Amino acid sequence: MLEIKGLTAEVDGKPILKGIDLVVPQGEVHAIMGPNGSGKSTLSYVLSGRDGYEVTGGTALLHGQDLLAMEPEDRAKGESELDAMQFLKLARERMKALSMNDEMLKRGVNVGFSGGEKKRNEILQMALLQPKLAILDETDSGLDIDALKIVADGVNAMRGPDFSALVITHYQRLLDYIVPDRVHVLMGGRIVRSGGPELAKELEAQGYGAIQAAA
Amino acid sequence: VTAAPQPGAAGFLARYHGLKDHLPGARLPWLAALREDAAAHVAARGFPTRRVEAWKYTDLSPVAQAGFAEPLTAVAGALTLPQPRCAARAVFVDGRFRADLSALDGLAYRAASVAQHLNALEGMLGALAPLSEHPMTALNTLMFEDGLLLDVPAGVDAGHLELLSIAVDPGRPFAFHPRHVIRLAAGARLTLLESAIGGSAQYLHNPVFEIDLAEGAVLTHGRAQQEGEGAFHLSMIHARIAAEARYDTMAVSAGARLTRMEIHAALTGPKASCHMNSAQLAAGRAVVDTTTALDHAAPDCASRQTCKTVLAGQARGVFQGKILVRREAQKTDGYQMNQALLLSEEAEMDSKPQLEIYADDVKCSHGATIGALDADSLFYLRSRGVPADQARSMLVQAFLHEAFEGLEDDVLREALTAAVDGWWVRHGTAL
Repeated sequence: MLEIKGLTAEVDGKPILKGIDLVVPQGEVHAIMGPNGSGKSTLSYVLSGRDGYEVTGGTALLHGQDLLAMEPEDRAKGESELDAMQFLKLARERMKALSMNDEMLKRGVNVGFSGGEKKRNEILQMALLQPKLAILDETDSGLDIDALKIVADGVNAMRGPDFSALVITHYQRLLDYIVPDRVHVLMGGRIVRSGGPELAKELEAQGYGAIQAAA
Repeated sequence: VTAAPQPGAAGFLARYHGLKDHLPGARLPWLAALREDAAAHVAARGFPTRRVEAWKYTDLSPVAQAGFAEPLTAVAGALTLPQPRCAARAVFVDGRFRADLSALDGLAYRAASVAQHLNALEGMLGALAPLSEHPMTALNTLMFEDGLLLDVPAGVDAGHLELLSIAVDPGRPFAFHPRHVIRLAAGARLTLLESAIGGSAQYLHNPVFEIDLAEGAVLTHGRAQQEGEGAFHLSMIHARIAAEARYDTMAVSAGARLTRMEIHAALTGPKASCHMNSAQLAAGRAVVDTTTALDHAAPDCASRQTCKTVLAGQARGVFQGKILVRREAQKTDGYQMNQALLLSEEAEMDSKPQLEIYADDVKCSHGATIGALDADSLFYLRSRGVPADQARSMLVQAFLHEAFEGLEDDVLREALTAAVDGWWVRHGTAL
């Protein structure tokens, strides 16, 4: 379970997150939507620990552990190491599930990959790392419909009681394929509305302006 | 007890005058004349200063100020050698051939000591190495005591040979200037792995290679420079590449306090080709310099060059790459890329690509970049659980990777990768 309370953060002295309260229970997929500059990416970077984002207040706990006190690589860790044989076996298995050709194992990472292949590769990494929580930040940007389905299928295949995800997106389109348990609207560094999957449809129809006016 | 040796060019000249009757080939008039010619050049020019354009970015004053003794007393006795990487191996200790440490029996070609075959080298030794333009070649000619002579007959595939140079610490600064003469006759092939290692003393290793490839010959030359921390490594290759011959060289520069690996290669017949790749790494206050000049003197030739430099601490890197395409060298296909990665604020890279093209139907491209590690890539790896130092290492390896592309020989690849890994083990954690 991810619990965020009163999270505030700034970049270069400029406040971006102004008090985020958000709970993602174990096994749920939540979507965060919002216009440009609302703080969506800042939230994902703060949670994953990127340099240059200063947390000025609040907490973020993952399964009770204080995320904000950890190095990025420690936040990401958890699985025990595999030896090369076990890894290759697992990689082949997961690649097959994503309809990826074995030939790709012989290529340098992302060298000569098409946009769709890169996304497939991202999803493969997620499938291999089996995170308890995945933060997917604008994973749908620049994707055609086929690539979008690949991403969605990959995420949906992971869903279960031990997997949570925070899907950050600009457009409702992705959420037709990854149907979230909850949708949160982030504007001006705060979550201004939360609701079920139907909230995404409402946003698509009315735009962020209507929400802002109501908030 | 002898007085401290005199520094600079004057010191080398003084030692030359004291030694010349004892230098190998002293009784051969052609060689004595060549050495006298070299002495005149060294006396007239001395060590190049930064006022000389070719040496503008690499300051040789630490070399010029040091007083070196030549290694007059041969090192005898047991030495711990690295595990051989090839069955055939020529070992040089302080620039002198050591038959007892080498493995050269039963070869289908001649691999021997230059010093022992000087009477057969008249007209060849020095033929490719002009003294007037290259001060370090002049110094080498003045002082060389030995070197590797390789003669591969026409059509012979010589397989692999390892050339290992070891500098043994005699407790005082010393210099050695091996002269290697490598000739491949028409259609001959050789894969040469050159390694240079040494102790922690201050020493100058100043090898000159004269490489002559006849028609259709193929020389693949891997170079692992892993000299000791106090070393000056100033190497010079003069290569002549005839029609349809190929010279491929891949160098890793991962040792010494000051390194310049310089190559002058001429493509003299149609469809000759040359690949010159290098990866140079420096930390602390070390200096690494790759300087090349490629002379396209015939039509339909191809050249490829990729130089990758990684600098940490206050290290300095230099790339100077000149491509000359003569009027007759139509249909030249040239490519040059040099890229540097600066891992600290205080590291400095000087990059000077130079294309001089006189033919009108050619394809020549070049590129140069200097940058830092990409913060996005670093975060990408860390956010997937890779620790920061390992992530940096992976990104540096990835950066270097391109220089190793096309290196298909497993023996060379392993040796050169080990040289990079060794550098990383010594310096990586401090980055």
